[in-house]
Amino acid sequence: MKIFIRSSACVSAQKTFGNVGFLTDITEYQGTRLRTIEPDYKEFIDPKQIRRMSHVIKMGVAAAKECLNNGDVEMPGAVITGTAFGCMEDTVTFLTRIVEQEEELLPPTAFIQSTHNTVAAQIALMLKCHAYNNTFVHKGISFESALFDALMMLKEQDADNILVGGTEEMVDTSYTVLTRLGLYRRQPVSNLSLYDSTEKGTIGGEGAAFFLLTDKSSSENMAELTGLRTFYRPKDANDVSGRIKAFLVEHNMTTDDIDLVITGKNGDYRNDNIYKELQSTLFKNNTTGNFKHLCGEYPVAASFGLWLAANIIKKGNIPPVILEKDNHAVSAKIILLVNHYQNKYFSLMLVSAV
Amino acid sequence: MDQTIYVAGVGVISGIGNNVAEHLASFEREAAGMADITLFETIHQHSRPVAEVKLTDDELIAQTGLSTHNGRTALLSLVAAREAMTDADIPDIKNWRTGFVSANTVGGMDKSEDFFVHFLADNSKGKLKNVFDHECGSMTEIVADELGISDFMTTISTACSSSANAIFYGARLIKNDILDVVIAGGADAITKFTLNGFNTLMILDKELCKPFDENREGLNLGEGAGYVVLISEKVAQKLGKRPYCKLSGYNNSNDAFHQTASSPDGTGSYLAMKKALKKSGLNATDIDYINLHGTGTPNNDSAEGTAIKRLFHPAYPPMSSTKSFTGHTLGASGGVEAVFSVLAVKHGLIYPNLRFKTRMTDLPFEPETKFQKGQKIKHVMSNSFGFGGNCTSLIFSEVKE
Repeated sequence: MKIFIRSSACVSAQKTFGNVGFLTDITEYQGTRLRTIEPDYKEFIDPKQIRRMSHVIKMGVAAAKECLNNGDVEMPGAVITGTAFGCMEDTVTFLTRIVEQEEELLPPTAFIQSTHNTVAAQIALMLKCHAYNNTFVHKGISFESALFDALMMLKEQDADNILVGGTEEMVDTSYTVLTRLGLYRRQPVSNLSLYDSTEKGTIGGEGAAFFLLTDKSSSENMAELTGLRTFYRPKDANDVSGRIKAFLVEHNMTTDDIDLVITGKNGDYRNDNIYKELQSTLFKNNTTGNFKHLCGEYPVAASFGLWLAANIIKKGNIPPVILEKDNHAVSAKIILLVNHYQNKYFSLMLVSAV
Repeated sequence: MDQTIYVAGVGVISGIGNNVAEHLASFEREAAGMADITLFETIHQHSRPVAEVKLTDDELIAQTGLSTHNGRTALLSLVAAREAMTDADIPDIKNWRTGFVSANTVGGMDKSEDFFVHFLADNSKGKLKNVFDHECGSMTEIVADELGISDFMTTISTACSSSANAIFYGARLIKNDILDVVIAGGADAITKFTLNGFNTLMILDKELCKPFDENREGLNLGEGAGYVVLISEKVAQKLGKRPYCKLSGYNNSNDAFHQTASSPDGTGSYLAMKKALKKSGLNATDIDYINLHGTGTPNNDSAEGTAIKRLFHPAYPPMSSTKSFTGHTLGASGGVEAVFSVLAVKHGLIYPNLRFKTRMTDLPFEPETKFQKGQKIKHVMSNSFGFGGNCTSLIFSEVKE
């Protein structure tokens, strides 16, 4: 069975949402944290509700609704989301009040909206959608887990037009804690020169990207999601390489068939070494691109990667800003997305023209 | 894709026992697990009874052999998941594709709470190791590593229906030929965060909860973990014993009514039960026992009761809420109660709904109040409903000789 991406929508640190050019007007940031460019939420959410909603809920709901609009679908057959940290803003708010107010006179709203399934639930609520509704929260493969569920569901012929998304918000507290944990650069850096030096630390990010998946072919579809695979703690680069080759063989391909490899390079050498090794071996003849200098690093950043891949195929052009130095290509019909989160959770996505 | 999914093993820990045998004994003695809070300092210490697991973190560490403490939820999870795997005793398990699908709602929140007190006073303070495994997924990862499972793992979090969805998902992974064996369920420890959260919603009973009673006043929080080992037909053939039962039906539907409240007519729960029946090919009259979600809150029991009335009237099977023993174990409840449902099929058990006195005015039925064994139980329905309108029903059915 072939699975297609019918439509997508993405809120990110770049101008990716709504009626805008495809990464034609790139936003440069100086720092170690990229914040999303906000849509006009009033177009998607009742203004009374906007005030009560945290950032991740607003981003998620807006991206989900825009994705449905783009796919011309009113009611999805299922709603599945992925997020590693969930609703951090409300979680931090409620935790802070427990400590500061010593458990007295706490308002319930932050707790109510702190559960990890809040985004998927709010989508169901707004659409009055009674269908299957699930939320995956598995660290660096939270989004891929949601996507995997959708693929199985289409194969089971249990639903069509499945709405799948990855959402993550970065709040001051998580940024401070993750900085202390050594995830980000110690000095401000331009996101557009993120890969220029060999250093520890990346830049933090956030975002929401949604996709409508269907098994019905149509010339309107953006792309085919040909394959998805995740794996855990590979032994070494050879192991990773072997798994990628095996994944391609399952789809009757070799690296020669791949027009563009998009990697999850993030400017931290501890993260990027594996990609560099693959680029000099397995992918030595492939055109390569990266995306985390555009959106920052976050556990569901692969959802931005998939949005990028689907759009490259649909729009028939590769934005030059994603290409690795000295790599040239104007378009791609088959794209392999290789991502990992902190060398533990790897994912492979194969996206091709319909 | 239409293959049968069998349950080969079960494991559970909660306020009424640290393993399956202790649970069965507590049910038979009709002994609930609720008492004053001892796990942490709180202003609710003596006013909100909870069902704590009767082991301290140190005792759990000693029992599990985990070298670090990264969250009580991981400790509880490891105890129950390991019991389930040992119980299943699958020959040559290394030769099968094995996965771990676990659920929880607040990950390593108990440790994050410790961190946060220091962090709030000074952002450069607080031990980082206490917040390193804050994520829900970390709990799953810690346990999968201990169990030696690396083929597949993921974590689900849909509030109080979380681990029912994990079991449902595990079954689908086998049906889709991704895996042969899945340890599925969930865990949640009581934390200050959840205790205060539920308290702000004013749905915690100051006394021991009374699910499905006209005069019910709310829920008691509980904690624990529950896992089932799901296996494919191929694995079942090599098992060398009869599986407990099969997972014959499941459905996840959304109430789409309110972020926390259930709709008055129980739309989500009605759809979940009805579609789970359809999936299993059974009729409502085939169900021999319902393990209710039955939290004891006015809203849940009324909505769930109404949904049951719509689906089962006029022939009501025996039903009860085991939360009257374990309290509401939140993200663990679907797994914990799946274990009880599996045991009900295997041993012909009906669990009592403790402290029930008065039938709800709008409902023409009431829950069972006596522990019964040796009953003819072919099909058991287990309900798990949660915040966000997430409603899931599972059906476990006997395996014929």
